Amino acid sequence: MNPVSTNNITVAYHRKPVIQNVSFEAPEGKLIGIVGPNGAGKSTLIKSILGLVPKASGNISIYGKPYKKQRQIVGYVPQRGSVDWDFPTNALDVVLMGKYGQIGLIRRPNKKDKQEALECLAQVGMEAFANRQISQLSGGQQQRVFLARALAQNAFVYFMDEPFVGVDAATEKAIIQLLTDLKSKGKTVLVVHHDLQTVKDYFDWVMLLNIRKIAFGPTEEVFTQEHLQKTYGGRLAFLDQESNGVNPLA
Amino acid sequence: MLDLLANPNTQWVLVGTMLLGITSGVLGSFALLRRQSLLGDAMSHAALPGICIAFIIVGSKEMLPLIIGAGITAYIGTYLIQAFVKHSRIKTDTAIGLVLSVFFGIGIVLLTYINRNATGNQSGLNEFIFGQAAAMVRSDVNLFVIAAIALLTITFLLFKEFKIITFDREFAQGLGLPTVFINGLLMTMIVASVVIGLQAVGVVLMAAMLIAPAITAKYWTDRLDVMVILSGVVGGLSGLLGTLISAPISGMPTGPLIIVSSCSLFFLSLIFAPKKGLLTKAIRLMRLRKSTSQNQVMQGIYEFIEETGRNTLTLDDLISVQPLSGLRLQQTIKRLQKRNWLQRSTETYQFTDKGIKEAHQITLNQRMLQMYSMHEMQFAHLPMEKNNWDFLSLPNSEQQPLFELLSKHELFPSVLQERTEDR
Ligand SMILES: Nc1ncnc2c1ncn2[C@@H]1O[C@H](COP(=O)(O)OP(=O)(O)OP(=O)(O)O)[C@@H](O)[C@H]1O
Ligand SMILES: [Mg+2]
Repeated sequence: MNPVSTNNITVAYHRKPVIQNVSFEAPEGKLIGIVGPNGAGKSTLIKSILGLVPKASGNISIYGKPYKKQRQIVGYVPQRGSVDWDFPTNALDVVLMGKYGQIGLIRRPNKKDKQEALECLAQVGMEAFANRQISQLSGGQQQRVFLARALAQNAFVYFMDEPFVGVDAATEKAIIQLLTDLKSKGKTVLVVHHDLQTVKDYFDWVMLLNIRKIAFGPTEEVFTQEHLQKTYGGRLAFLDQESNGVNPLA
Repeated sequence: MLDLLANPNTQWVLVGTMLLGITSGVLGSFALLRRQSLLGDAMSHAALPGICIAFIIVGSKEMLPLIIGAGITAYIGTYLIQAFVKHSRIKTDTAIGLVLSVFFGIGIVLLTYINRNATGNQSGLNEFIFGQAAAMVRSDVNLFVIAAIALLTITFLLFKEFKIITFDREFAQGLGLPTVFINGLLMTMIVASVVIGLQAVGVVLMAAMLIAPAITAKYWTDRLDVMVILSGVVGGLSGLLGTLISAPISGMPTGPLIIVSSCSLFFLSLIFAPKKGLLTKAIRLMRLRKSTSQNQVMQGIYEFIEETGRNTLTLDDLISVQPLSGLRLQQTIKRLQKRNWLQRSTETYQFTDKGIKEAHQITLNQRMLQMYSMHEMQFAHLPMEKNNWDFLSLPNSEQQPLFELLSKHELFPSVLQERTEDR
């Protein structure tokens, strides 16, 4: 049974279709990249799978059951801009929030929950910042706190929206290492990604998305010039120039 | 004063205003963090027509029906604002302005109608505009006690849920928490805390009652639980102060004095709060500037020696090796001389023995920081936050990898070592 399978999802904001008839079956235990130009609907695809935006049509199942029944096993790392970082709380407390679903209503986190949250912070190299107020973290550190919070969820399927934004190269490597560890434990990770140069290095499978699904499959098979052209259109030429002629496919 | 406190009437008022202060403080914290300060204002104004309609129907000033009426229209107003924002292109501030003025307008019309037709001892409902705490009676206070206990208990039980829904609603939804229910409950509780305060404080000032304690509390802490408790305390204290100040002076309005009290507490916090207060911030900035300028000059000279091998600097050298100039530089040099780190001989400056050791330490620490930032993930376990970024106080085993990195980048401060080797 596939960790994620969708059937003809369509989402529209104010009548304008943002993603159209997207169907795919994500294989288990893979790192899966989702790429496409700005406004292609990548965030919307993730949000519609998680039920955060209403779908105009389509079905989604997580390990064969509707998402609503499987929330406990799905983890989510939203784009960093989505919360108020001035909120009076510290890094450890945010990570603990990942456990609220398991803890249940009304009950408080106990010592063990806190210990586990601290371990998740340690996995992203942030244990020294556990008690730091979150507005006093750098952008990359905030991103890592979000990642740790998703780890605390202890999910089987993870959705991450641009987890590498504002993260330095060394940290990016470390995060990829972390995702590879998750993968080796049989977990499935879907990542919205912007840097075409690294797609081949990072992801086993890739989806090229531009309102419609252009291609989805093992990276070496579908990450081709032809598909990229179809996804980015004329913009790819500009992209090549920008990266000093380095071909992302090379 | 004591006479007044012995008066059972004053006692009831006192208990009532304190309870109102506590509940509005506690729920105001959430309103503030949800960026709903203005919404609170709209809620209280939208309550006025409800109060009037309830009065017209019931025909008396009994508290419970009035509060229920207030709650209903306040809730409708709030709902309308959210619906406007969700389903049209109207922005939040516009929607709030619209609902607030329309509801308040209707309220005033109804109020005038009631005043015209007031019979006998029914003196109308004017007190709801600016509040009249002194009009509180025992049965009112009983009602407040029940409401306060209910609101505070629910907040205590669902604290974790209120926290996550305020911080990151989408994530809470993803966790499978019943966000629609929790959100609706919190909203209802905020409305409830607003409407029970109306009699004492009035529709015009109620928003301040909701928000001022919360902002005050936020100056003192970085933790939500502490903030919520503090905010309740500040609200309660404001109720107490406002009532005590207004009680002995006839004609002094209690509601506005409660607001003045909480705003005074806010201003005190704004200036004097540790960490976030303006005064503490100013003092800290001054200290920081002093020590930073010292470090900059010390390191500048040290690196000059490191590069050129010359131990003495002219004033021009000194100016060129570090970023300070003018008065700041003069003051800093004087301070360094006073500490006996820097010596002046007519035209030139040079380190004392003590000074060069100090400069070595400063430079070393700064460069270790540089290495630390390069490899932050690797050193994340170091308690740098706690020890004020003092790398030199770390145990030797922790310093070793940083030293190795320094050697690798050829950044190990070299002046002092050469000297010791020379000897
Ligand atoms: N809440 C919303 N209301 C209306 N339109 C929206 C909303 N959110 C997104 N859109 C539109 O939907 C389209 C897809 O947005 P989405 O955020 O999914 O893109 P994306 O692929 O994640 O882009 P990016 O790379 O910039 O993050 C865009 O055209 C955007 O303007
Ligand atoms: Mg996006």
